[in-house]
Amino acid sequence: MEMPTPNQNVLSRKSQIVERLQSVLPIGAVIHTESEVRAYECDALTAYKCPPLCAVLPASTEEVAAVLKLCHEMGVPVVPRGSGTSLAGGALPTADCVILGVARLNGVLETNYEDRYIRVQSGRTNLSVTGAVEEMDFFYAPDPSSQLACAIAGNVAMNSGGAHCLKYGVTTNNLMGVKMVLMDGTITEIGGENLDAAGLDLLGLICGSEGQLGVVTEATLRILRKPEGARPVLMAFNDNEVAGACVADIIKAGVLPVAIEFMDRLCIETTENYAKAGYPDCNALLIVEVEGAPEEIDEQLALIKDIARKHDPVELREAQDEEEAARIWLGRKSAFGAIGQISDYMCLDGTIPVSSLPMVLRRIGELSDEFGLKVGNVFHAGDGNMHPLICYDANKPGDLELCEAMGAEILKLCVDAGGCLTGEHGVGIEKRDLMTHQYAQQDLDIQMAVKDVFDPEWLLNPAKVFPLDSSASRRMAAE
Amino acid sequence: MIVKTEQELAESVKAAPGPLHIRGGGTRDIGNPVDGNVLSTAGLNGVTLYEPGALTIVAQAGTPVADIETALDAENQRLAFEPMDHRRLLGSSGTPTIGGIVATNASGPRRISVGACRDHLLGVRFVDGSGTIIKNGGRVMKNVTGYDLVKLMAGSYGTLGVLSEVSLKVLPKPETETTLVLHDLTLRDSVTAMSAALGSPFEVTGAAFVNGLAHIRIEGFEASVAYRAGKLRDLLAKFGEITQTEDAASAAMWRDIRDVKCFADHGAVTRVSIKPSAAPEFAESLGQTRGADLAMDWGGGLMWFAVTETEEATHKALQDMSAGKGGHATLIKGSASMRADAPVFQPENPTVTALSQGLRAKFDPRGILNAGLMG
Repeated sequence: MEMPTPNQNVLSRKSQIVERLQSVLPIGAVIHTESEVRAYECDALTAYKCPPLCAVLPASTEEVAAVLKLCHEMGVPVVPRGSGTSLAGGALPTADCVILGVARLNGVLETNYEDRYIRVQSGRTNLSVTGAVEEMDFFYAPDPSSQLACAIAGNVAMNSGGAHCLKYGVTTNNLMGVKMVLMDGTITEIGGENLDAAGLDLLGLICGSEGQLGVVTEATLRILRKPEGARPVLMAFNDNEVAGACVADIIKAGVLPVAIEFMDRLCIETTENYAKAGYPDCNALLIVEVEGAPEEIDEQLALIKDIARKHDPVELREAQDEEEAARIWLGRKSAFGAIGQISDYMCLDGTIPVSSLPMVLRRIGELSDEFGLKVGNVFHAGDGNMHPLICYDANKPGDLELCEAMGAEILKLCVDAGGCLTGEHGVGIEKRDLMTHQYAQQDLDIQMAVKDVFDPEWLLNPAKVFPLDSSASRRMAAE
Repeated sequence: MIVKTEQELAESVKAAPGPLHIRGGGTRDIGNPVDGNVLSTAGLNGVTLYEPGALTIVAQAGTPVADIETALDAENQRLAFEPMDHRRLLGSSGTPTIGGIVATNASGPRRISVGACRDHLLGVRFVDGSGTIIKNGGRVMKNVTGYDLVKLMAGSYGTLGVLSEVSLKVLPKPETETTLVLHDLTLRDSVTAMSAALGSPFEVTGAAFVNGLAHIRIEGFEASVAYRAGKLRDLLAKFGEITQTEDAASAAMWRDIRDVKCFADHGAVTRVSIKPSAAPEFAESLGQTRGADLAMDWGGGLMWFAVTETEEATHKALQDMSAGKGGHATLIKGSASMRADAPVFQPENPTVTALSQGLRAKFDPRGILNAGLMG
């Protein structure tokens, strides 16, 4: 992965930069020795690594502002980092950057059940937001798979979602306001405690901007009352196309499940060998979950099963109790780990219109034959977010490159089918160079013009999102 | 000038010698008055793609909302954000277009449960102030490919670009609906009751206080609605008398609430967005001192004030009070002279103002698109 040449002028001033950062932060908040900074050399996209110049761990908005103001003055790039769980290299350092970690900003500032929001510092983990309100039977809806570890700061940066977003939406649909710091150190608030913000929707712009427009230090999040209950049904089919048609028919019938998950044969077999969830022998498996009171669940599931029966299923299995529900989800939740047991793999994150599902799966099968690499498909079928897992051998020279090339073909296929390059992981560095397949130059230019407004020197999270040649003139002008 | 294609739209903007007044159906004359030649998108008409199984519709910006609703209705689907039709409140005529809805982020009572128009907007195509055709987003529900200009375009009132096509998420229509009506409540009690309902697990999709009555709506399959209505009646019993309105009558009731029909005869109306718990004090102090009429939606989070005396001063007072409570006030209805003199949109903090002006300068370098509409 090509990265810009580090700025020698910054590298040569390392000790001066570290000293000045130490002068505005408490003892221990600046990490700068060669061995210590290695902890920040990559995020969850571990294929790419680069130790940063140094890392800072501020504990307040004011400290974040002091760091950014100083880096702005000294022309030092800053890479913001939540928990480092980005799968797209969104927090990959450059050699000349300061990593700004928000892990110490992890407090709950306010819970308000009457107005149904919670205000937290942005380093707080996703799951612990729900943890802070669940004694009152409330929850925070967006549920990325990494929710145990990932930070709200990263969720906002990547507009994260999860399995239940078919009903509850992703981060942007549940974010009411932020406190953020611009690259020049200005602290500002956008949005707030009411449902819609005034003026232009800057909040919508900040969410999903991959940490390139400002550093979010606090977030006001919508919380919801937990439903009375939830229950999944497992449906097995012998054909991907039939499973896809069944999904569309369920949606058309007016039922809105909270989750519809899809797995193909390779995933089913592999997870069955690994997790022993008791999945049937079939080519395509759907897990459909609905929520509500027990009677409501019965009614919705009866309707869903009726629809499924018209598609000649191999098996229909409704969970009769908590234990059975957990077993139905067990295989799905173990899928990534299970594939990891048999092979190295690359997890893609393309999105397609649900109607294209059969065509896209067929074409992925063909690509798999062409490249000689196995692919397992796990899929949020309700919202068209695919996660093809391409298996390769990391020890075999050339296999990673082959895998990357095939991944690029699949993502382009998603775009050509009417979808997009990334549904929930973000562009980061991973999909940066594919952006021109989804967007024309003028579409990218106006996005880059937005960055010009928020960060005119292009110091925040450099070399992400936009192809390097598209952003070259801007980055050079800023140096 | 009415353009018929996106290309024509781009050429018209590029060739424009001066300011343009961008319009869809012209039913939402909101904002500071705008000078310039009228550029109408009403000729950009037609649904380009509708996939009921994928819950997506794509339409050209000038497509009448009624056409979209007819198409959706045939598949038992709808625009779930319940877009307000401003004609009843503003006394305007014409045909509301889907582009107008998106440009004003027009969202109705169901905003509290399913989100605003911007939350259902998946993709846009638009022409910026230099005449360049731009696309952002797409037609899938999850998309984090680059910056989300889709949200930025929603509610930008044509000041950043002229929409040519929008793509929206749609949702299934429920089998039925019912509304619980709570009688003889004080304003304070109504907010408490609505908060209790919205904080319950019974999936309330409307909570409004109009003409002294609190309205709580639930929707879904018949048995489920009956079950939840029963649960909510138990929960809200302590607030006094409750009556129930079913199905078509309930739907008609919410159309009136959505369109703020109660203030159709008033000359000036201000919309205040605030957190619900702050609404009672806000309303009481104003009601006592100025006698403004009031309706509330979004569980108290949205207040409509019909201004009956010294209108401009009252609107400004509402903005001052909103600023103090972390909310904001917009003058939705008022004479042209009132809208020319008053800050129609809530004044923002200096940093947000600078960022917004910076964006406008990039999207519309000549400052010709609905210039000054948002202040």
